Formats: sequence, C-alpha cells, structure tokens
Amino acid sequence: MPLDTSLVRKPFKVIGTRVRRPDGIDKVTGRAKYGADAFAPGQLVGLVLRSPHAHARIKKIDTSKAEKLPGVKAVVTAADLPDLTAGDRGLRDTLENCMARTKALYDGHAVAAVAAVDMHTAKQALKLIKVDYQVLPHVTDPDEALKPNAPLLHDDIFTEGIEPKPVKPSNFIKIAEYGHGDVEAGFKEADVIIEKSYKTEQTHQGYIEPHACLASVSPDGTAELWVTTQGPFVYRNTCAALLGMDINKLRVTSSEIGGGFGGKTHVWAEPVALALSRKANRPVKVVMTRDEVFRATGPTSSASMDIKIGARKDGTVTAAFAELRYQNGAFPFTWAEFGAMTAWACYDFKNVKSVSKDVVVNRPKCAAYRAPSAPIAAFAVESTMDQVAQAIGMDPIEFRIKNAAKEGTKSSYGPVYGPIGIGPTLEAAKNHPHMKAPLGPNQGRGMACGFWFNFGGQTCVDVNVTPDGSVTVAVGTVDVGGSRASLALAVAEELGVPYDQVRVIVADTSSLGHNDMTDGSRGTFSSSMAAVDATRKAVQTLRERAAKIWEIPVDEVEWMDGHAHAVGEKHGNKAPLSVKEISAQAANTGGPIAGHSEIVADGAGVSFATHICDAEVDPETGRTTIKRYTVIQDAGKAMHPSYVEGQYQGGAAQGIGWALNEEYVYGKDGRLQNPGFLDYRIPVCSDLPMIDTQILEIPNPNHPYGVRGVGETSIVPPLGAIANAISNAAGVRLNHIPMSPPRVLKALKAKKK
Amino acid sequence: MAVLVKTTINGDSVEYACQPDESLLDVLRNRLGLTGAKEGCGTGDCGACSVIVDGRLTCSCLVLGAEMEGRTLETIEGMADGDKLHLLQQQFIDHAALQCGICTPGFLIAAKALLEKNPDPTEEEIRFGLAGNLCRCTGYDKIVRAVQAAAKEMRGA
Amino acid sequence: MRYESPATTKEACTLLAKEKGTAFVLAGGTDLLVKMKAGMVEPDLVVDIKRIKGMCDIKKSASGFVIGAATPNAALSENAALLKAWPGVVEAAQLIGSKQVQGRCTMAGNLCNASPAADSVPALVAAGARVVIAGPKGKRKLAVEDVPAGVGRTVLKKGEIIEAIELPAKKPKSGDAYLRFIPRSEMDIAVVSCAVNLSIDGKGVITAARVSLGAVATTVLLVKDAAKAIIGTKLDDQAKAKLAAAASAACRPIDDKRGTVEFRTEVAGVLARRAAEIAYARAGGK
Repeated sequence: MPLDTSLVRKPFKVIGTRVRRPDGIDKVTGRAKYGADAFAPGQLVGLVLRSPHAHARIKKIDTSKAEKLPGVKAVVTAADLPDLTAGDRGLRDTLENCMARTKALYDGHAVAAVAAVDMHTAKQALKLIKVDYQVLPHVTDPDEALKPNAPLLHDDIFTEGIEPKPVKPSNFIKIAEYGHGDVEAGFKEADVIIEKSYKTEQTHQGYIEPHACLASVSPDGTAELWVTTQGPFVYRNTCAALLGMDINKLRVTSSEIGGGFGGKTHVWAEPVALALSRKANRPVKVVMTRDEVFRATGPTSSASMDIKIGARKDGTVTAAFAELRYQNGAFPFTWAEFGAMTAWACYDFKNVKSVSKDVVVNRPKCAAYRAPSAPIAAFAVESTMDQVAQAIGMDPIEFRIKNAAKEGTKSSYGPVYGPIGIGPTLEAAKNHPHMKAPLGPNQGRGMACGFWFNFGGQTCVDVNVTPDGSVTVAVGTVDVGGSRASLALAVAEELGVPYDQVRVIVADTSSLGHNDMTDGSRGTFSSSMAAVDATRKAVQTLRERAAKIWEIPVDEVEWMDGHAHAVGEKHGNKAPLSVKEISAQAANTGGPIAGHSEIVADGAGVSFATHICDAEVDPETGRTTIKRYTVIQDAGKAMHPSYVEGQYQGGAAQGIGWALNEEYVYGKDGRLQNPGFLDYRIPVCSDLPMIDTQILEIPNPNHPYGVRGVGETSIVPPLGAIANAISNAAGVRLNHIPMSPPRVLKALKAKKK
Repeated sequence: MAVLVKTTINGDSVEYACQPDESLLDVLRNRLGLTGAKEGCGTGDCGACSVIVDGRLTCSCLVLGAEMEGRTLETIEGMADGDKLHLLQQQFIDHAALQCGICTPGFLIAAKALLEKNPDPTEEEIRFGLAGNLCRCTGYDKIVRAVQAAAKEMRGA
Repeated sequence: MRYESPATTKEACTLLAKEKGTAFVLAGGTDLLVKMKAGMVEPDLVVDIKRIKGMCDIKKSASGFVIGAATPNAALSENAALLKAWPGVVEAAQLIGSKQVQGRCTMAGNLCNASPAADSVPALVAAGARVVIAGPKGKRKLAVEDVPAGVGRTVLKKGEIIEAIELPAKKPKSGDAYLRFIPRSEMDIAVVSCAVNLSIDGKGVITAARVSLGAVATTVLLVKDAAKAIIGTKLDDQAKAKLAAAASAACRPIDDKRGTVEFRTEVAGVLARRAAEIAYARAGGK
C-alpha cells in the first residue's frame, strides 16, 4: 500500500516543537565519535603521496625503498587498484581520482599510499617513494581551457551536445540548453536590455572535520569501513565496485559527521584505505590533513558567465538569456548544466534560455557544495536583475514580484510548478522591518532570490517497538544537522507517544536496505516520509495485536493518542491499551512489533528563498562588513524550527564567506597557494551579525506533514544580495566573486577616475 | 627517544610517554583516548582542539606533549560535573547551538575561558572572544545566543 | 628530535651552541609547531625556554618594561601599567592569531619568526623597543628593527637567544597605535600594517614620531619620511596627507595570495593616517 501523503490538517502534537536533540549530550561532552575517533586493534597509519604538479605524466613510480623501511606494512599505487570498472566512465573517473594512473591531473592528486606502524614511519616512507614525472602544460581557468590550443587533460572527451559529434578530443565536456519561448524575439520587445559578464572563483565546503576512515579487510575478503560520510550506502557500493568485492561483504558504518555540505558524497581516500588494509592484512586508518582536504577533495566550480535580460518599462521581462561556463575540476561532470537549470527558476518569463558549457581543468574534481552550481548562476542573474530594475526605475523587490514564478508556471528548466514559495518570500521581504530600517553612512541594502530543486530518493527506515513500549528507529540517511530529532518527532507524532519515548539511530549498511546519501536536502524530507510510513505500519500491527488481546475484529480498534481504543458501545467497558501494554504481550500475540518502510520519496517540493542584506563598505580600503542579514525561506513545514533556522543561518554564512573572501588561489605553476584555514578565509564569529530568519510554511502536497527540504537554498541568494548591497553602498558594481577588498578598492578607484 | 611526562588532566594525575615532536593533541587523542579535542586544521586556525593549560586557553595542536610536565590541563571531557552538565553545555543543547557538533568541544572550552575572564560580555566581546573557533554549520548566531544565555545564568547563580 | 627544557639561559645557549643539527627555541611554539606539522622544518633539537626563571615575567622599572621572551601575549593586557603605557604595542601583540594562540605566542617569537607581516614588530619598532640577546659570548642589546635580516632570517648567531624585550618608559604626552588591514575581522595575517608612536608639546604640536610599516617589504620598515611629515604639525589634514603619501612611497611590496602591490601601497597610507590619529588622541592631542 503506498504511503498516504494527504496532508495532516489536524493540529500537530509534537511536530514543530523545539525538543532537545538525542545526540546533544554526546556532542557537548566530547563523547560523540567522528571519523578520526575510532580505533581498531593493530591499526596502522595510512598516508597518501600526492602530486606536486598540476599536470604531469607519471613515467615511473619506485616504491622499493619505502617497502623496505622497517615498520612499513603496505605500499599501494594504481597497480593495486586494477581497473574493474568495465566501461563505466563515472566509476573509472572515481578510481582515477582516488589514485592517479597514467597522469596526475591536479596539484594534490594521489599517486601512491603507505600503511605503517606509526605516523613517523609513514611520513618517512612517503619520502622514499620516487615518482618520475614528466611535467605537462596545465590549465586552471574555464575560459582558457575552452580555447583550441589549451593543454588537453583527457584524450577521450568529445563534447556532448554538439552535432555532429566532434572528432577531436577537448576539455569541453558538454553543452546543454534549457528554456522556452523565443528569446531573440523577446529582446526585440524590450525597452531596456542589460548585458553583463561575471566571474566566480572556486570555493570549498570547508567542513571542520577532515575526511577520515578506518578500513579493515579480513583475509576472507569481508571488510568493515568506519567513515565520515554523507552516504554510507553509496560509499559501500562504490568501494565494493572499485575493489571487486561483493557488496554484502563490505559493511560501512557512518561515524558522526563533522560537516559535509556535499563534500562527503564522493569517495576520496576510502578505496585507498581499503586497498592498504587488504595488502597489509591489518586495519588502516587514514585521516586527511587540512592541506589534503583543500587540495584533493571536491570544491565547487569556478565559473564565467554572460547574462542578458530585456524588460519593458512596466517591469515585464521580455527575454532572458544566460551562458554559463563552469569548470568541473579534472574529471567530467555537468555542474554548469545544474547552473543552467537553476539560473532562471525563480521567474516566470515568456522567453528564456540558458546554455551551459562544462569544462575540465587541472584542479581537483568538483563535488557538490550545498545547492551545487546554483549560487554561482544566481549571483549573475540577481546582479543583472537589480541593474534592470534600476534602469527602468523600479523597486528591485517589486520588479521581482512582478516576474515571480507561481503555481502553474512552466519553469525555465521544464516542469510546471505546484504550490511554491517565491512570491510569498518576496512579499514577506517587502513587508519585513529590515526593509525599513535606517542605513548609516557607507551602507547599502541589497536583496536577492534563490532556488533549489530538492531531492527525495531511495529511503529505508525501521521502527521497532521494544518490550517496554519505548521505540527504536533505524534510519540509513545520515544525520548531518539534527535530523534524528526531527525523525523522532515524526514517529512520536504518528504513534501518539512522547518524544522522549522514541530513540533514533543511524544504522550501518548491513542493517538496512539501501539509502541514498544525505544530499539534495533530502535527509529530513525523505526519512520522515519513510518514518511516517513505517510508523503507520507499526500502528497497524499494534491495532491488530490489541484486537487479538480483546478478541474483537481489528476494524473495531482505533489508534488515538498513543493507545488502542475499542470502538463502539459494545466495547465501552474496555480500557484503552497503551503501546507498552500491547508490546508487553507481543510474545503471545504474534511476536515483535515493528514497521518497515522502503520507498522512493518522490515529490520533494522545490524550495525558494529571499534574502536581505545590509553591507558597509570602507571607502578607503574596500573592506565590506555585513551589518544586518535576513533570510526568508519556505520550509513547507518546519518539523524542528530551531534546526530549520540553523540551516537558513548556516547557508547564509557560507554564502557570505563565498561572496566576500573565500577563493582558491592558484599560482602560475598550477599549485594551490592557500590550502589552509589561515588563507582560505571562511567567516569567523566576529565577521558576522546575528542572522535573522523567517520561516514560511507553504505545505508540500507530496509529504504527509507538508515538509520540504530546507538545507541548501539558503546558500543561493547571498552572493547576489551582497553584490547588490555593495552596489547600493558604494556605487560600484562588482562582477567578480569574491568581492574581496582589493577588488572593491580597485572598483572604487576606477569610479573616482 | 620518548619523553616521560607527569601531568594533571581534569583533576586526575596522569603519566604518559610520548615522542618529543608529538603534539599535545596527538597525545590526548592517540595515547590517552581523549578524543573530545578534534583536529580541524593542526595549525591553530580552527580552535577545534582547544584546551586550557594552567588556566590559559590554547590550541592543543600548538603544544608539544613533552611540554606538559607538571602542568594542569582541562579538556572537554572534564567540563561536566559527573552527570551534571556545565551551564554552557546545557545552553548549547537548548539553543540548538550545534549542528554537526565537531566544533562544539572547542567552542565550549573557549566560551568557558571567556566567561571566566569576563562574566558579562557584550555580543561583540563574545564574537571576538570566540573568533578563534571556526564553525561552518551554524553561522554562529545560535552559538552566541547560547553563550549569552549561559553567561546570564552563571551570573545569576 | 630531542626536547630540552633547561632551567637557565646559559644552559639554553649551550644546548643551542653545541647542537650539530637543526635547533630551534620553543617559546609559544605557534610558528614552530605549524612549520613542523607542514614538514617545513625537522628539528634535531628543540629548547623550551619557558622554564627559565624570569622568561615569562613582565618587570616594570624607572627605565621602562622588561618583558621575558616567553611571556604569552595574553599576559600583556593583564599588566595594567604596560597596557596604559604602550596600548599600541599591546594591541598589536594581541592581534596575532586567536585567543587560543594568544595563550601561547610571544612577541619575541613573533620577532624571531621574521615575517614581514608580524603584527607586534611594527609596534615595537615604533615604540623604540630593544631586545636583550644572550649567547655563548654574553649579552648584547639591539634595536628591534635591527633583528630581522630578511624574510624568515634574523641576525641572531648560533647559540644566541632573545632573553627579553625592553620597552622604554612612556614619555609624557605621548601615544602609540597600531593598525593592520585584514580581509576578515580576526585570524588573518596582516596584508599591510602600520604603527605610529608620537609625542606632543603643550600646544599639541608633534615633537617626535616614529612610523613603521609591516608587510610592504622583506622586513618591517621604519619610515623616517613619514615621521618627518607630521613632526612640527598638529596632525592637520595637510600633515596627514603628507604622512599617507610618505608611507605609501616607502612601500616595496609584492603581489601575493594576500594582497596586491597596488592595494598594499594605497592602504599603507590610509592606515598610517588612521593610526596617527589614534596615537595623537592618546597623546592628549585634540
């Protein structure tokens, strides 16, 4: 029976309350175990040797001296990770990224690894590995990489989307196009056309916990992997495929995860740790340094974009066009295409088109970063939207309200929207006290909108009623920010029991069916859907057992407020049975009481936000300070409002960092110059004001409680909102992110001239 | 050659042997099983390994284990009094001041050090006092509020 | 690597002088341990000077202050007399790193690390501070600006260590200030920095001044032309403009990941002007 997702209209008992999270005490006392906090008997230290070159042919690797060093138990290279990918291009790229085969494709690319008895020995061993490189010309900029004579990374990339298919390989992965209408005709109808180019630099998720894992392969071929990950099942499936194992032989347990934001959705050193353990026949722990995290995991794209918007004087946009060129790092993906799909999603334009060009460059393989690709496109679009509003003399909020998408709008990327929140967030922004607050000297206010698709995916949840009536819940979608509390609330709501009676854990991969990873803002959305489904099944069983106890038909048993009630006058003398009373008799009524759910959580419900930002620009140094910040976003239904607010605030803070100071700085040699928190400048506490939030609840009709994912959209508007605020504060338009002090000061000086 | 060290950790007398170039953080985590201090950077830039040595807040990644002879050390594992959480710990939970929680032990230690020196800090003093602790999840809003609430409660107590 | 924590300066110097391999002094360790972690240095010997008597003390005398080389910067502001006399020096020292780093890092270490962007060094230079150097051949004193020999290099000889930093007594009607530019509000290395120390007469006319700049050359600069621009003035707009121009003119910076030549040169003048305004107000000028 499919899950009945018709909205629960009755007032909630516990959903929407701010309960204490179940993992709170462990996390404030230092007891919570993260990736690097596990130990196994006889464990070795694993270290990875990385290419110092941006692009080089690996002519030879001599590991003999390292192997002979006392205390070294295993050395692995690509030869120990044979290509078993059988034509699966994505999987082969993953393998090559984990360990370079014939070429090192970026500064930091793994070329070999060692396992030794201690850190000192492992470090010595790395120094004894001799790699003979032939250094090749490199390219790190997406526009440069598209040029005909650019250094070529792969000889088997033939641009997709071009007919006929090119015969020459290039760095140009794919061209894609989205939109509808006739933009050329639309531009002819415009009174005003604004056409601008923009650039954004590469940023990293910057989670505080480096990647870490403990791999243990037994001589019988079974293995265990303890790892910090957003997706233990995905890690399991990928590692098993790369190492040629049956999936059931690899058990992956996700540790507490110290932040991921998309960066822990891909495997990096995990297959290498397993290969080391397999070769050494001992458990191997691999913990990345911060330097390795920056150089060799998956930051988001840098990009270059052209935007053109035409509008009539009444504020109607007649046509909009975007070309987006994103680099994907050293391996092909479709990050620009995500940008093209999201670019215009907030708006209802008659004629709209976006073209994406995806490119490979000599930088680390890009990974998802919170609403991946969308903030980049939104920066360009929202900056241009403000300039159009200015050109036609219209208030930027009114201009956006006039063009906002609504229920029934055919989105720029294809689907027709259901009930959505862009209009309401804009109206809320318009009426927010923030909009009327006075501004000081050198201060300006900006706003911008953002969109993210959201995702549902495969989900599996077990609900088990214990003999004393308390409830355990096992989920397979990792809790990255408090979802265990929300899921306990869902189960408590369905069962009608107090929140404290429900305990949620994240199960390992041998205990549950496949779960997709925590991405696409799906964690709480999909797991709560499955938790509701599983709990309803458990309730059905509880009713059946009560019926058995009472010896009446099950359809005469109703579930209410955590109790079975016998319905009708003839059963008037039967006292309701609690969960505890029913479960106490489980052994005599049919065994353990449980509910299970295995679903594809469709209908995630798209998400929109509007942000307002006040910025102050020091006219003499170009330094920008964020004075006030407000996030308004549709949550569908906020199951635990504190953690919804937390998602809004966290995304905004990351966006502020991206907008102002964060960037990968590459030298002419193609090496990353700032692989550390000293010079990769994420916002510190004193950089930020309080971040005000307003949760709107426009129910998602596809979820029983109306929930939408909330995790990602909050990072989409800040870049544009801050660019618009700076423009209003200082009278200069920054087209290049980050809007760091040297760039702002340069713009200010140019304006003076 | 290993160095033998006798020190006091969370009120307990502790002896350990470590390599002379080993950081206090590595000693705590790998030799003493005190994994509450986290390595986010190993270079003093993130504060996740914060501890208090002889009353001074410091990053344990920037201290050698060998230096600890005769010193007094406080770590996150000693912050609660048995089953009674420190007010800061309780306020962090009540204010949802943590998401992933990896930075939380460092923030709690730093906030404790801050409030011991300044029991009634302004928001700005809290923000600058905690600037050495990076959090990537919360945007700091709820952390600052939790510290404000704990400070108020501690002053009242 | 060997770890030693001698009880006297003499022992420390002997250990350092005798070591055949690479030897380092450990005070706060906030630079040394970072370099060790990155594999930039692999010491054979580390000499921890914190257990040497007086190394962590601040002493006040008629001639000023003597600050033990291993005194953590967090202790500087806890000394009310020092904070009152040299607010610019204390502020500069306390801009280094975080509160955590402050619990360990030292001004002597900041100086010996010999980074042109060291925060406390321009303030010490402007203040006219000197260092007491102990070595196998006894003690000597040097002006702070004479200690760095280039990026990452000092004039200290093998076996020599800085024992203390001496700050002169505060002159009547004088004030000092330090400002740095960083992109964030905390935790960054100075992109450009400036310290100003000045004295005024009863009429508010500047009688003496020292202006120093950080992160605009291979070492911290003492910029005499910048001082000249304000001496004899009441720090009027014209003097401030000349000061800014002189500061910018003295810059010989590079483009790097932290800033550009253009930016550093421009902002050096801005900071000089702003720091001078603070120092002038601290001296009692209006």
